[in-house]
Amino acid sequence: MPKDDLKTGYRIVGTRPDRPDGLDKVTGRARYGADISAPGMLHAAVVRSPHAHARIIRIDASKALVLDGVKAVITRADFPTGLTGEDWNLQENTIAGDVALYDGHAVAAVAATSKLLAQDAARLIEVVYEVLPHVIDVDAAMQPDAPVIRAGTADHSVPEGMHPNVVKYIDFGHGDLEAGFAAADLVRAQTYKTEATHQGYIEPHACLGQMGADGKGEMWVCTQGQWYIRRMCSAVLGTDASQLRVTPSEIGGGFGGKTTIFMEPLALALSRKAGGRPVKLVMSRAEVLRATGPTASASMDVKLGMKADGTLTAAQVNFRMQGGAFIGSSPVGEALSCALACYTIPAVHHEGYEVLANRPKAAAYRAPGSPMAAFAVESLLDEMCRELGLDPLAVRLKNAAREGAKASYGPTYNRIGLVETLEATMAHANLKVPLGPNQGRGVASGFWFNHGGETSVSLAIGEDGTVTVSVGTPDIGGSRASLGMMTAETLGIPYEAVRVNIVETGALGVNEPTHGSRATFASGLAAVEAAKQAIKTMCARAAAEWGIDADAVEWIDGAAAPAGPNAGKFPPMSIAEIGAKMGSTGGPISGHHEVTAGGFGASFGAHVVDVEVDPETGRTTVLRYLVVQDAGRAIHPAYVEGQYHGGAVQGIGWALNEEYVYGADGRLQNTVFLDYRIPVASDLPMIDTVIVEVPNPGHPYGVRGVGETGITPPLPALANAIAAATGARLRSLPMSPPKVLAAIKAKANGQG
Amino acid sequence: MVKVNLWSGLRRFAADQTVVPVEARTVREMLDALTAAHPALLPFIKAGVSVSVNGQIVTDLNAPVAPEDEVYLIQRIKGG
Repeated sequence: MPKDDLKTGYRIVGTRPDRPDGLDKVTGRARYGADISAPGMLHAAVVRSPHAHARIIRIDASKALVLDGVKAVITRADFPTGLTGEDWNLQENTIAGDVALYDGHAVAAVAATSKLLAQDAARLIEVVYEVLPHVIDVDAAMQPDAPVIRAGTADHSVPEGMHPNVVKYIDFGHGDLEAGFAAADLVRAQTYKTEATHQGYIEPHACLGQMGADGKGEMWVCTQGQWYIRRMCSAVLGTDASQLRVTPSEIGGGFGGKTTIFMEPLALALSRKAGGRPVKLVMSRAEVLRATGPTASASMDVKLGMKADGTLTAAQVNFRMQGGAFIGSSPVGEALSCALACYTIPAVHHEGYEVLANRPKAAAYRAPGSPMAAFAVESLLDEMCRELGLDPLAVRLKNAAREGAKASYGPTYNRIGLVETLEATMAHANLKVPLGPNQGRGVASGFWFNHGGETSVSLAIGEDGTVTVSVGTPDIGGSRASLGMMTAETLGIPYEAVRVNIVETGALGVNEPTHGSRATFASGLAAVEAAKQAIKTMCARAAAEWGIDADAVEWIDGAAAPAGPNAGKFPPMSIAEIGAKMGSTGGPISGHHEVTAGGFGASFGAHVVDVEVDPETGRTTVLRYLVVQDAGRAIHPAYVEGQYHGGAVQGIGWALNEEYVYGADGRLQNTVFLDYRIPVASDLPMIDTVIVEVPNPGHPYGVRGVGETGITPPLPALANAIAAATGARLRSLPMSPPKVLAAIKAKANGQG
Repeated sequence: MVKVNLWSGLRRFAADQTVVPVEARTVREMLDALTAAHPALLPFIKAGVSVSVNGQIVTDLNAPVAPEDEVYLIQRIKGG
């Protein structure tokens, strides 16, 4: 449903061609991180701290090193010193220095001729620890008696007198808060908590690294960003970035968790120490859960003021988030900025604290921070709508952010599509389905900024007129299809005539990772510009052959043609004809574009979920689910729907089941998927989707980016549905059966 | 003068102002003028901020800014 007059009627954009990676994936031909091997390859294993916080007294690898086939053992002593800032954080997280900061923190690694031998050798490496007091919970980590994880970490923003574990403080807002709350008919405040959850990608981290004593190296790795891998590994190893060539593999899920490094420098350091032999390092699931980035856990206070007609008059949020033992890893800034972004409220105030805890270094996870913020704000909004007897969707529409309104985080919104999204939601048939006993319906809105970023794309015309596009953004959600489609649309050729390759770091200028829902937006924008450049060259070649001015040639339906009768009478020259003779008409034809892409447009969504809660067990069954979201323009609607499905499913898991469970000893208790349970197909209904299209004026095809917003509304939508079904309000995630049952019983006892 | 809106947490590093007027023709000049006038802002600028000009996040330091533009410094956003 396009909502403006940007060009429509495309040949390819908006259609649903076959997935370019489909056959490779279903036949097992796709090569993932662990599928890459090289002659002479060694296998690595990592020794990890069994303690949440412990001083490393001594590491003795002598028993491992005498094993036949063990080629190298590394500790922090094999890495350069003197790093600062985030580089130091990355190095410290890759391999502990003096202190292990969380359960699973790497302290040593070994390379051997087989994986089993490497694992045996790792068990023979003796590490003597002095166990230190630890803290896991974000609120506990702020208390005066909490153990100090790393004194002196806090940045300039933290007011004096805070606990040393508080390392960042953020404060922003506008309007007269006191007057706003005074103008309200109903003011309510509540506290909400969310546990850390993992991105849950099915493919564990895996890489093959090779590095010689000269600092030249190669790496094959599953990643969302090969240039980030290159820069971060080089910083940690003290080598030059350009001397490391990084090739991304096919990727089995990332969701933000593969935008950084965790163990990749270990493979390179082991290779360097083992005489340059390639080293493969593949994480187990337990290693992924213990030592790669989950998202933050959060503790959040929200206060809202509302008039009797649903008008929001004031809002105040105070969020505390821990992102592990490293500053800058929690998404508290993003969470604050997203918290109230769906609404136009005259007075808002945001306050946030980043806190260190003895947990793994958090990584980005799909709309970082926004789902937790939405859980808190959208839950309280729902409670107040119920208290005032108001339709929760109508209240969201009444207060909805619109073009020209001041965003809660400061600037004025440009063209956005929340109103259209809410209107499409209210018109959907799912809202009219009658509900039975123990069933309830919940709604929520969600927001994500989206992103542009550093982007470099090349495009080459083949000798037969087919086209190769080289991009630097790994395909985690269908971008090879969308980029191929936009390229084909621009060139006027069939989609099947375009192949999109994700290339290594030597092939293009620096690209940011696929993050911030930017691949289809930013690489798409660059691919379109590269195609236009190639079109210009092809028109010039045709003009030269025809002996007319290049300006007298236009590009129509995949061919150069005289622009009007005055240009001369020549039959159109197709891209295939131009490609066939380019060697004798001036040489290869290509296009290239590089940009730090601006012009990205925010995406809003609204979800509606119906649940049934078993009053005997507290188990929640999702009966039906609706995702409505503004895509700007859906280049390949099936992939867009896939992103909507995926966001909803991850959100359902986060809401109902997923959590990091720590023992009193600070060790992670649920390190396999049997115990850390993500939703599977049998847990889910068919998910309905509506793609709203309010094109982004900052993109040639109107793209906004769709990957992240979809995970934002499910957490509160589920909480609101469970409250509607049971009368019990859960303000802590996950809403697992024991917690739901306890809330139902408390409600029955008059405590809820 | 370009009027730069700071997030309120920065106020105490900018003589209690949330809107700081600076002479600048580009984003780079705007940031330079801000930190020249209020050196305590430098750690925050160096740590990374996003600059919003008329509702768009601008990443090009050479991008123009004019007195009539709406300019905000906001938290740097990382995506997943």
